Amino acid sequence: MEISLDLLLSAIMAGILLGGFYAAVTVGVSISFGMLDIVNIAHPAFIILGSYAAYILNASFGLDPILAAFLMLPVFYALGAAIYQIYHLVFERRGDEALRGLAFFFGLLFITEVALVLVFGVDYRFVNAAYVGITLHYGPIDLPLRMLVPFAISILLMIGLQLFLSCSFIGRAIQAVSQDRLALQLMAANPTKIKRIAFAISIATAALAGAFLIIIQPVEPSIGRDYIGRVFAICVLGGLGSFPGLVAAALLLGVVESVTSTFYGPSWAPAVAFGFLLLTLALRPAGLMGR
Amino acid sequence: MGRMRNSTFWAAAFAVGAVFFGLSLLVPNDYYFFAGYVVLQYIVLATAWNILGGYTGYVNFGSAAFFALGAYSTVVMYKLLPLPVPLLVVIGGVISGAVGLGMGYLTLRLRGAFFSIATLALAVVVQTLITNWDFVGGSRGAYIIRPAHAPLLGNYIQYLFLVMLVLAVIAVGIARSIERSRLGFGFSSIRDDEQAAEAAGVPTLRLKLVATTLSGALMGMAGAPLPYYVTYLDPASGFNLAYAVNSIAMPLIGGMTSWIGPIIGAVFLGTIQQLATVTISSALNLLIVGALLVLFVVIAPNGIVGLVESRLRARRR
Repeated sequence: MEISLDLLLSAIMAGILLGGFYAAVTVGVSISFGMLDIVNIAHPAFIILGSYAAYILNASFGLDPILAAFLMLPVFYALGAAIYQIYHLVFERRGDEALRGLAFFFGLLFITEVALVLVFGVDYRFVNAAYVGITLHYGPIDLPLRMLVPFAISILLMIGLQLFLSCSFIGRAIQAVSQDRLALQLMAANPTKIKRIAFAISIATAALAGAFLIIIQPVEPSIGRDYIGRVFAICVLGGLGSFPGLVAAALLLGVVESVTSTFYGPSWAPAVAFGFLLLTLALRPAGLMGR
Repeated sequence: MGRMRNSTFWAAAFAVGAVFFGLSLLVPNDYYFFAGYVVLQYIVLATAWNILGGYTGYVNFGSAAFFALGAYSTVVMYKLLPLPVPLLVVIGGVISGAVGLGMGYLTLRLRGAFFSIATLALAVVVQTLITNWDFVGGSRGAYIIRPAHAPLLGNYIQYLFLVMLVLAVIAVGIARSIERSRLGFGFSSIRDDEQAAEAAGVPTLRLKLVATTLSGALMGMAGAPLPYYVTYLDPASGFNLAYAVNSIAMPLIGGMTSWIGPIIGAVFLGTIQQLATVTISSALNLLIVGALLVLFVVIAPNGIVGLVESRLRARRR
């Protein structure tokens, strides 16, 4: 196959934009799985839920999907806090989180997906916004705004979260709970409360990631499953809980996936993410920038 | 039931199977064979999942991949050299068992959650490979034409039912004999405290590899007759997520610590789903499974078996 330079360049550019979006998708899991040790495999389902929330607000009130996502942040935060509360009472306290906790999130994944199918059907839904159809051109490279806007906000989100974690009191407490839970308890802080806040933040990011997703492509309930592998691949590759590692891994995966689907066809793209994940787990489980 | 001898168990299991089969022959309607086949298939899947998940504590989300590998190995053999179904079952088992071994070798040195995530990943990789493989029909799927006459019985669906019944008896028998063997004690030491087991000299990695291989092989065996059952197989149905959910939900709901749990779960959930599919809809059907799964892990973590045991213990006091 002849590989033209222009095609390669625009595939790489598209991959970088895609990677920025993947960072927003993954950051929630990076917090819950990487820092809190909660294997929330239902996270992609909450992202789809976020997409539908943006869709409803967009379709019925004409709100910008990203503005809609910001309005939904408190709702998702509360949902996350509630889920953590159940998880803590039922599994963490019993010391039962490994097996049954996983099954719990697996069940939540299903309930969310099927409930969305029952309410909205399996039709693809999309949103309208001023920037969705516009594309900027720089020579051979196309920059569609529907990719560029999520990319930019997602990078801002990552920077904001990093600042929050390293500078604010709560943020540093979250890092402390991920490093040494007992020591935090000895400092008279309540690890459960801090984990609840952190988990709630992780679910709140799903509202934003969901809005990005539905701006980038039409959404139907079951596409969340495609993201399970991507999310965990990026999270593991980035070295669990490290944000700079996460962004690097997300961009890498975005580029590899975009190049693969440009030159070999989109039906191979899912295998890339999962293949990446399997290889990472087998060869370098500590991730790119692992401790 | 606790102190039954192995030979007695096998005799009893085959007797139960034979009686079950004899009774179903009295039913004049083929639908019962179709429905019964599905429930038996789930008994095999749930038992296979439980050998890894229940006994060693490693959660496999990729049951659908092992199951579909068995089914697709039958499709390949059908195109190359059609063999009788029992041989296909053996071939499907060998292939899925080999994949299970490879999978375990790649990931079992990591913490449990990584193994689970890797199995999810495996399911998608295998599905993508099959979807892009034209020889087995790719995304269009493959048609299987059943022979006009089935061996032994004549009626093909009854024949498949019988094959699956024998497979279910074998799978349950294997699970039960593991429970009472050194292997089973090794497995449960891994589940309870892997580091302590390792320190006490239990060869944990080797035992885990035995579990993934055995579990994968049984799942593949359950999938091997599928193409003859449905006569048309495409990746979306072979890799249907329903298999992954059910093979987790059934042992969890039935009870994971003994061989009887997956059977109870499979019969309970399998029957509910057959009824729901016929009377309501198949989307709702998955909602029921998901809701029951969450309900049971929250309220009754030891499943139906656990509920019954604690009831009995309370009465004895």
